[in-house]
Amino acid sequence: MTDTPHDHPADHAAPGGDTAPGDSREALLSSLRAYIIGLALAILLTGTSFWAAGTHLLWAPGVPIGLAVLAVAQMGVHLVFFLHITTGPDNTNNVLALAFGILIVFLVVAGSLWIMANLSANMMPLEMMDLHRQH
Amino acid sequence: MFGKLSWSAIPVDEPIDMIASGLMVLAVLSLLAWVTAKGHWRYLWREWLTSVEHKRIGVMYIVLALVMLLRGFTDAVMMRAQQAVSVGPDGGYLPPEHYNQIFSAHGTIMIFFMAMPFIIGLMNFAVPLQLGIRDVAFPTLNSVSLWLTASGILLTNMSLVVGEFARTGWLAYPPLSELKYSPGVGVDYYLWALQISGVGTLLSGINLATTILKMRAPGMGYTRMPVFCWTALASNLLIIAAFPVLTATFAMLLLDRYLGMHFFTVDGDGNPMMYINLIWIWGHPEVYILILPCFGVFSEVVSTFSGKPLFGYRSMVAATMAICVLSFIVWLHHFFTMGAGANVNGFFGVMTMIIAVPTGVKVYNWLFTMYGGRVRFHAPMYWSVGFMVTFVIGGMTGVLLAVPPADFILHNSLFLIAHFHNVIIGGVVFGVLAGYMYWFPKAFGFTLHEGWGKVSFWCWFIGFYLAFMPLYYLGMLGMTRRLQHYDNPAWQPWLIVAAAGVVFIMAGILALIVQLVVSIRTRDQRRDLTGDPWGGRSLEWSTPSPPPAWNFAILPRVEREDDYWHTKARAREERIAAARALVYEDIHMPRNSPTGFITAFFAVVTGFALIWHIWWMVALGLAGALATTLVFAWRDESEFEIAADEVAQADQAHIEAYWAGTAP
Repeated sequence: MTDTPHDHPADHAAPGGDTAPGDSREALLSSLRAYIIGLALAILLTGTSFWAAGTHLLWAPGVPIGLAVLAVAQMGVHLVFFLHITTGPDNTNNVLALAFGILIVFLVVAGSLWIMANLSANMMPLEMMDLHRQH
Repeated sequence: MFGKLSWSAIPVDEPIDMIASGLMVLAVLSLLAWVTAKGHWRYLWREWLTSVEHKRIGVMYIVLALVMLLRGFTDAVMMRAQQAVSVGPDGGYLPPEHYNQIFSAHGTIMIFFMAMPFIIGLMNFAVPLQLGIRDVAFPTLNSVSLWLTASGILLTNMSLVVGEFARTGWLAYPPLSELKYSPGVGVDYYLWALQISGVGTLLSGINLATTILKMRAPGMGYTRMPVFCWTALASNLLIIAAFPVLTATFAMLLLDRYLGMHFFTVDGDGNPMMYINLIWIWGHPEVYILILPCFGVFSEVVSTFSGKPLFGYRSMVAATMAICVLSFIVWLHHFFTMGAGANVNGFFGVMTMIIAVPTGVKVYNWLFTMYGGRVRFHAPMYWSVGFMVTFVIGGMTGVLLAVPPADFILHNSLFLIAHFHNVIIGGVVFGVLAGYMYWFPKAFGFTLHEGWGKVSFWCWFIGFYLAFMPLYYLGMLGMTRRLQHYDNPAWQPWLIVAAAGVVFIMAGILALIVQLVVSIRTRDQRRDLTGDPWGGRSLEWSTPSPPPAWNFAILPRVEREDDYWHTKARAREERIAAARALVYEDIHMPRNSPTGFITAFFAVVTGFALIWHIWWMVALGLAGALATTLVFAWRDESEFEIAADEVAQADQAHIEAYWAGTAP
């Protein structure tokens, strides 16, 4: 390539490479360790969740909260070790994309719940409507 | 063996259907015969069908869109003709079940298969050139996206010949689209065609967003990107966020229809209102997916032909990104009347009015860009000015509809139809046609005929007002949409005026075709040798027309906004001297690949088999698609090398031609 490597990630990936833009092949290989740590943590968190759900040793009303905490931790592990979200300056795009995604999911879910709850409060049950009369 | 498919699927007893499908089959066959007779297959296959080059993929998207414009417009002509005559006891010439298919197909085709491919085509063509790079992030994926879109188009058009299309309107609301009320294959054609092309659109969105975020030329910071790239970024982010919602919603409807589930049924605790909620969570961002890149085109066109930098670049970017987020908080305004309370309706009504603000900012930006400039009225500029006038009217009727009490009166009336055609024709169609005439010389190396372009503009412009202003009035008289016939004779004169408007639009489309033919025949007199026919400001105009496969012999270093404009302003001798000393290196470009075409072939097989419940064929199609992917994954060579000598020769030739062409 004609250019300095730093601005053109896709160009210096090896021919035939399937690396995503921004990841060089070497970086991927060296991150193998990170994947293994991530896998171990993910298994640990999953195992703990199953144990917490099945055991009688814990205070029962606290279990759902505990499971939620474990689930959030699981998401964190996935984001850091598998999706490579870091706070580094080269990661602004990924962090912004994540923030945008979370914002949209929040808008969609919260909006839908609000709208549908409002509809069901305002309307008679659908079963009572005679839709055949439309014909 | 063949599921629901039998000879009775071909509608031999419906003459209009048979003539239409006969003509379509005949056109396709004669095209194929012509290609065979001329011996163009090899060239087509090697240079186009398997191409992974972003410019060619962009051109193919636009060809698809133009063909589908003809198909969708034919539907429009049939509807207008029907409504012009079907008053009182006269039922018109279209039976209700056929009329319902036509308005469903018109909406589906115009949005998904005309507007979307046109927009994606323009983005594919122009974005990498404007960013100063050689290709998109994932070239082969780009080809897959194109051909999956083509698969959806093929399936939709197959429904004309084999079976039927949906009669449910372009968004297939349940419960009407559920198996109980639509037992035929029409809704299945609709769903599978859109599922397959939707995957293509999503992949394309990911591809372009990645390209813009990760692959800009050295020095091309975000604040130096041309506005078209910004709007493309916003549009692709919206595609990534919104299209999965569409896919999931359709998937649930498919589960209802195929596996007897109850997501949207009336019985079994299903809720059809949830479908309407979900489909508009996709549907409203979709409106902005279409219009934002058009705003980008207008920004480029207005700035270029006014000879001035865009007024308020930063406010334009801010407005674009504000719309990108706000477009996700307005969707309920499509169903104010469904039964939500005043708080919900009020909130979404206010949000809808707020989203008009950034759009208004943009209109002022374009006006102030023209103010004080030396405006050259080429054809793209005609579309832009026509857009500003028309879109403002459409925007204002939109704000009117955003008032919930007004919407209760106007909902689903022809006023609504007039409103959204006002923004889609006045905004999106004018935008893509401006982009088409603006970038055509870049794509093919010769300019389009100006006169015919202007004829086309005036026909479209007058035709639009004639065809849709009466619909505003009819809406206020109380005429609802999708009427196959009506009893009120007072409506008929207005519908005849609207039909006359469609004749003008038809003349506009014919003028587009004539323009293309005339331009191709006289291409030798209208060659663009400099690569910069308009006095452009962004990097695409610094390459030859058409650009070589590698776009830029040496990747440009961007130092400011409108970089190419400033480069040109610098001393030309300096540049010539510099050009002699340029150092060229070998360039690696991705190899062409039939992966996209073959995947799409299997997608069509799968889709067709699913529509007709031919299960062994479903398995065959899926296995074929999987095998194609595996073969691609195990490829040995994905790139080829272009020697530095070849690059140097082409580039030096362009530099010579440029300075020869601009000599005083």
